Amino acid sequence: MTAPRLHVHKLRAGFGGKEVLHDLELEIAAGTVTAIIGPSGCGKSTFIRTLNRMHELVGGAWVKGRVLLDEQDLYASDVDPVLLRRRVGMVFQKPNPFPSMSIRDNVVAGLRLTGTLSRGQTEAIAERALRQAALWDEVKDRLDDPGAALSGGQQQRLCIARALAVDPQVLLMDEPCSALDPIATARIEDLIHSLRGRYTIVLVTHSMQQAARVSERTAFLLRGELVEVDDTRKIFTKPNDRRTEDYITGRFG
Amino acid sequence: MNPTRLRARQIERLVEAICLTAALLPLLMLGGLLLDVLVQAWPSMRLSFLTHYPSRAWASAGILPGLVGSVLVVSLTALLAVPVGVGAATYLEEFAAPGRFRRLVELNLANLAGVPSIVYGLLGLALFVHFAGLGHGLLAGALTLALLVLPIVLLATREALRTVPDSLREGALALGATRWQVTSRVVLPHALPGILTGAILGVSRAMGETAPLLLVGAVSYVTFLPTSLDSPFTTMPVQIFGWVSRPQAGFSANAAAGIVVLLLTLTGMNLAALVLRARLRRDPT
Ligand SMILES: Nc1ncnc2c1ncn2[C@@H]1O[C@H](COP(=O)(O)OP(=O)(O)O)[C@@H](O)[C@H]1O
Ligand SMILES: [Mg+2]
Repeated sequence: MTAPRLHVHKLRAGFGGKEVLHDLELEIAAGTVTAIIGPSGCGKSTFIRTLNRMHELVGGAWVKGRVLLDEQDLYASDVDPVLLRRRVGMVFQKPNPFPSMSIRDNVVAGLRLTGTLSRGQTEAIAERALRQAALWDEVKDRLDDPGAALSGGQQQRLCIARALAVDPQVLLMDEPCSALDPIATARIEDLIHSLRGRYTIVLVTHSMQQAARVSERTAFLLRGELVEVDDTRKIFTKPNDRRTEDYITGRFG
Repeated sequence: MNPTRLRARQIERLVEAICLTAALLPLLMLGGLLLDVLVQAWPSMRLSFLTHYPSRAWASAGILPGLVGSVLVVSLTALLAVPVGVGAATYLEEFAAPGRFRRLVELNLANLAGVPSIVYGLLGLALFVHFAGLGHGLLAGALTLALLVLPIVLLATREALRTVPDSLREGALALGATRWQVTSRVVLPHALPGILTGAILGVSRAMGETAPLLLVGAVSYVTFLPTSLDSPFTTMPVQIFGWVSRPQAGFSANAAAGIVVLLLTLTGMNLAALVLRARLRRDPT
């Protein structure tokens, strides 16, 4: 399966009476890495969670507008959010491996939870996903150890492997390195690089250096508004909007 | 050392001594109580006490119907209350939308757990014995105790479910699992040690209850073992209560021995809870 493109159209979202995202308009090309930057509280997490319909799981949360995955509107009434989440994987800010499961079981957890793991496939699927997540060499001799016994950076790569094992087309990452040291961060960034092309990746990051290093396109979000989206190089050298410039030069946020 | 420092140290010592006494006092009292019970129970402590039926002669009386009755009633209670309590708590925590209904139920739960047990006895008498026509039997007793234990199991399960971090639920949901899959495969296994502890605590409570069972018709002089769900029955606390009210000294020895058996059973249950918990913690699968 090839990576899809995403088209966000007139997207509004919020909690109860509060609107957090205002009329977002965004095009994400197939197989690219798009970084979402912006000061904390501007709605980055809310935005990324509308892309796999995790947002609506919070009490009082609502969404309006459209998100097209290729031609299909994620919010059309015939879309099952549960099935959608198998196509749009997600990695969270804090690594969250299942603490009672072994490394191997963590990787195949998605397939096992949803009853789609066929017998005798576990080993092959686990190895493939762990290799893709650049974790195989470090854990191949201890697949039965608990996932929680790994270091933070390894846990996060385990979570990436877990997301990849379900064979998604889109990968959402919400500040995946914010809990990691620089070496672990560099590893994840290399990994994101190697996944580009096969998956359409949306990466929320509070680090502008990270956005500059791994993404092709960057979107700048401010108070729930999409201020500017452009090629990453352009955003960091010649932004169109004054507010973007202020933000990347560290004048606020 | 200057006098004020010295004084401060003396006060510190004094406070320490008072605290230590306060901490030891309950332990000492408990120890004394246990010793007293053991001494009183001594004349009746024979193996046949466990295998004999009650009798008009204290020396040949035993607690067998009470022991068997307790085990049966408590097992039935657990069978009734644990699945319902765990199910209800899981529904409330994992599935019910937050709102007025859920708030109302939660408010009532806390109150239910504090209702005196005699009130459950009256409820059981009206509901199960008279209205449902179950008679003064095992099942009516177990149903009554199940009502009493239900809020305890429910609250303990709720607490256990609340210790499961949301990040695990989100992680599973993001993989495309349904609510039910997340709950049954991730949340409940994670909460299991806590749920089991709560269940055993609740059930131990049922083991010690007397008043509600007296109301629904447990009797203290039963010379046979229950054979069906509506058989008359007795339990250890009821049997002990019966012996205590007899004037002869021998019967108070029987009562004390009954208490020893009851305490041992309770200790056994709590130990089982501890072991289970430790097992599940160490070797979670
Ligand atoms: N569960 C929630 N209920 C109400 N408001 C929320 C909730 N989660 C986030 N918000 C609000 O939405 C806004 C955006 O939050 P978020 O998307 O987490 O920002 P970011 O990820 O950019 O830091 C913030 O003002 C925050 O207070
Ligand atoms: Mg965030």
